[in-house]
Amino acid sequence: MYFLKRLATLVPLLLAISFLAFVLVRIAPGGPFDRERQPASPEIKRALEAKFHLDEPVWKQYLRYLGGLVQGDFGPSLKYRNHTVTDIIKQSLPVSMLLGMMAFGFAMGVGIPIGYYTAVRRGHWEDYSGSFFAILMVCIPGFVVAPLLIMLFAIQWRLLPVALWGSPLHAILPIAALGLYFSGRIARLMREGMLNTMQSEFITAARAKGLGENALLLKHAFRIAVLPVVSYSGPLLADLLVGSFVIETIFQIPGLGVFLVNGSLNRDYTLVVGLVVLYAALLVVLNLFVDFAYTLLDPRVKYE
Amino acid sequence: MHFPTRAPGEIPRARFCFPRCRTSSASDSTQRALGFFIRLARSRITLNISRFAGLLISAFLLTSCGRREPPANLIIINGTEPESLDPHIVTGIPEMRITKALFDGLTKLDPRMARPIPALAERWDVSPDGRVYTFHLRTNAVWSTGEPITTEDVVWSWMRALSPATAGDYAGQLFYIKGAEDWYGGKINDPAQVGIQALDAYRLRVELNAPLAFFLDLCAFPTLAVVPRTTIEEYGDRWLHANPLSTSGAFLLGTWRVNDKVRLIRSPLYWDAANTASEIIDVLPTGSPNTALNLYETGVADIVWDKDLVPTELMDVLIKRPDFHSFIYLGTYFYRFNVTRPPFNDARVRRAFAMATDKPRITTKLTKGAEKPAGHFVPDGVANYDPPHGLPFDPGQARKLLAEAGFPGGKGFPRTTYTFFSAAAGGAKMHGKIAVELQQMWRDSLGVEVELRQIERKIFYSSQSRLEYDISASSWIGDYNDANTFLDLFTSTSGNNRTGWKNSRYDVLIHEANQQTDMKRRPEIFRRAELILIAEESPIVPLYFYAGFNYYNPEKIGGVWTNILDEHPMQYIYKK
Repeated sequence: MYFLKRLATLVPLLLAISFLAFVLVRIAPGGPFDRERQPASPEIKRALEAKFHLDEPVWKQYLRYLGGLVQGDFGPSLKYRNHTVTDIIKQSLPVSMLLGMMAFGFAMGVGIPIGYYTAVRRGHWEDYSGSFFAILMVCIPGFVVAPLLIMLFAIQWRLLPVALWGSPLHAILPIAALGLYFSGRIARLMREGMLNTMQSEFITAARAKGLGENALLLKHAFRIAVLPVVSYSGPLLADLLVGSFVIETIFQIPGLGVFLVNGSLNRDYTLVVGLVVLYAALLVVLNLFVDFAYTLLDPRVKYE
Repeated sequence: MHFPTRAPGEIPRARFCFPRCRTSSASDSTQRALGFFIRLARSRITLNISRFAGLLISAFLLTSCGRREPPANLIIINGTEPESLDPHIVTGIPEMRITKALFDGLTKLDPRMARPIPALAERWDVSPDGRVYTFHLRTNAVWSTGEPITTEDVVWSWMRALSPATAGDYAGQLFYIKGAEDWYGGKINDPAQVGIQALDAYRLRVELNAPLAFFLDLCAFPTLAVVPRTTIEEYGDRWLHANPLSTSGAFLLGTWRVNDKVRLIRSPLYWDAANTASEIIDVLPTGSPNTALNLYETGVADIVWDKDLVPTELMDVLIKRPDFHSFIYLGTYFYRFNVTRPPFNDARVRRAFAMATDKPRITTKLTKGAEKPAGHFVPDGVANYDPPHGLPFDPGQARKLLAEAGFPGGKGFPRTTYTFFSAAAGGAKMHGKIAVELQQMWRDSLGVEVELRQIERKIFYSSQSRLEYDISASSWIGDYNDANTFLDLFTSTSGNNRTGWKNSRYDVLIHEANQQTDMKRRPEIFRRAELILIAEESPIVPLYFYAGFNYYNPEKIGGVWTNILDEHPMQYIYKK
């Protein structure tokens, strides 16, 4: 019931977001057809604006847009004139989702064990080296990691392709470049969560009952300790699924992240609003998943 | 393939579903690997690792299926993702390179010198006054789907380019045709009054407003290309997604995946198919110069040919290499003055700034490529023209002019800004460096402190159009090989003037030059006009002429020649 209610709020929320995005992107100075090369006569520019209804009042444009949106039509792109926004999303979203999902898996797969292990081995050298790794990853941004990885693996050793998309080999460097930062953050969250949980009373109680250390940590402590990671993973996944501008540019991956940034730079109004709505929907739905996961992991959490 | 199901008491895991590969190509080794991971998964310690590994493997399987394409014979890095491949809509050079491979015009540009040669038109007659062209179309030219290309197609295509509903930025390229501009603006409603007329299936009569020295060049321009009527009428704006897509040029559009690639496949029915040198060409959209260089260096790409795709940091090293080709290019970097408000409403102040600008300092210290300091606006090497010399670098004279205008030693000079736009990557990084250098020059020579204002690209162009600036960084790339593509900019009515400068003498001269049939007098008149622009009035100050850059190994790649338009028809390019 609770989740249905949450899902129902999605519709007005998306409406509000689409309206805000629609108005904000139009308030920004400069328009989609302001470029170095202006048409030879003002009539041509007027024809352009008329074609995309930019000469109408904003409320009318918005209603027109909503009318399309209800039918699942995000409208034509103002910059990529042979494509509709739906065309672009259809082609690019799967790529971004795939890369994002793999980077998410990578970040979780690297981050959680490191966080767990450094917490268990607190104060030992494993803790220091693991924590050092985590902090290092958090400190180095993707646009440094990516060229570094390319230089080593693709140019020096020629083990992996430098860029492009199309085979599993092509995916390795982008996944690492995208995932390393998040693996650092997750490791830190996990370590923190684990340390807190290990001090809580139910662990002491379980230990007093004579549970083995492994079962204790894995079965009881872990599922509570992982909660901060779970709540972080919702927005993180939404972020990763719509693509990363930096990584997609450096590796020339045909994903959505490039469009999200360039769309606003190009004042491609329809593209920007379409992507913002998509991103918002993903964010809301994934947060819902996170809340759901809470009920499964922590028996104390109940929604009513 | 399956994942371990949840054992009782085990932590539930989120399930991400991937569409399965339809091809059952999961090889033995993959299955062994899967088995390994499943075994790993059963041991509980590695729970998270197994989840991650399962995900990865299914994802890899997904990426590796459905992409069974033959490899390309040639891979070209072409600049950013095409905004469109509709020749009547495109505005950018990367786009035009591709549309020219897909759609022919009546003429096309030859690969060596980029001069117009017959394409869909086999030959043409020009009336003695130079205003009427009669084109004779090839009878062996057909669409890639087999139907003959006739004058009907040409007339329909040109009228489409001239329709406000098409909304092409470059519709103005057809306004040289009689009645075309009035038709576009709705002042005439009878298409028969537009000077495009089919005499029969293979003869086309075109009447111009004035004799036009570069009309045959224009016929090779994408806006005048011949496009398939039935496809466009059926599919509307998405017509390039049609399958099969009828093309009139040397190639078919194989695939077009946004930000991934455009694949061109040799069109076997093209009238000149015998001279198409490559079977499959992949055109990659690349925005980052470093990525372009990486792809080239590791042998993935054969050619990189966009001047914005040279990492400026490496220019000193790259320019010395044998596979790095640079040449003069039909483009000028300059700055505009806003002449509608003080202090730049005074031509003396503008000339003072111009003469305080040390142009070689910018080319030797900043651009470092093959760019040449610009003493005039129309680049050297343009056809049928010999540009005049503009103002020299003369700080003494500059100071004198500034004093005459009432600002001796820069005293009392009003607050002035130099506006340019910022960009994270590519050639645009240069704008900021040039701005700093100019600021220094004006400070040293004139004693004037100019503030720098860096704004975002779209805001920059919008404020330039609305004359909300004092001095503004600018550049212009010629559309065709003629002085008019530059000098036409600063006529009073041009949408690209953007200086507020209106000069009736200049307007008259440009008009007069374009009425000339005497090819000796025409450049003379243009020269007089250009002198007004760069020496007398100086609403603009040219800084340098662009250089074009291609990188390819001439021992491996054939059919590429350098020319002033950076024009390299893909039809002739091949890998040896």
